Amino acid sequence: MIKKESTDAQLVSAYMKGNEQAISVLITRHKQKIYSFIYSKVFDRDVSEDIFQDTFIKVIKTLKRGAYNEEGKFIPWVMRISHNLVIDHFRKNNRMPKFENNSDFNIFSVLHDGSLNAEKTMIKEQVEGDLKKIIQELPDDQKEVLIMRIYKEMSFKDISEKTGVSINTALGRMRYALINLRKVIDKHNIVLTN
Amino acid sequence: MQKMYSGTSRSERVNENLVPKEETIRFLLDYSKALSVIDYNKMKFEALLN
Repeated sequence: MIKKESTDAQLVSAYMKGNEQAISVLITRHKQKIYSFIYSKVFDRDVSEDIFQDTFIKVIKTLKRGAYNEEGKFIPWVMRISHNLVIDHFRKNNRMPKFENNSDFNIFSVLHDGSLNAEKTMIKEQVEGDLKKIIQELPDDQKEVLIMRIYKEMSFKDISEKTGVSINTALGRMRYALINLRKVIDKHNIVLTN
Repeated sequence: MQKMYSGTSRSERVNENLVPKEETIRFLLDYSKALSVIDYNKMKFEALLN
């Protein structure tokens, strides 16, 4: 028979002998102390709830296995289990830190995803495709210089060596290539903006 | 500025009467009832029975 005034040691002993009511009394008796202890470390109700639950799952398993030596130290033992689980929680969290938002500061106001969304990606592909088609319409010498400069990122010195013309000629071809591109774009009202 | 440098001390919040949810306690009591440890040849097996 379980009495409310029974000591922890008596309750543990009764539980290990199969009295299920004993664990209920133990949990009810110590829930506030253990839960507050966990919360004082993690400051999160949901995480505290999880750690509290895991603590008592360990307690229940150990007692049911008969692996607990009663030395009148039930509550320090439970506190040590919860303390170890709190440390485990922080170890896991260090690998993946969690940021706490509040009404004054929201992390998403300073962090943003730099990649384009689906619509902008499509527009970008379309613009780049259109531009390539227009470039194909340029005279061969201008097209050659423009491709080397813009797409291959070569210097005008390298371009002049590769094409066998002077740097000034290469610069002039680049200039005409850009002028001609603008003319075609204006003439056909092509919009090349993202 | 005051907003940026001052905040509610966390220790004050811990003094509340904090207890776990009723469903957490219920889960633990149900888990305890369902768990049985079977002894076999010096080995212990855990079994969860509904």
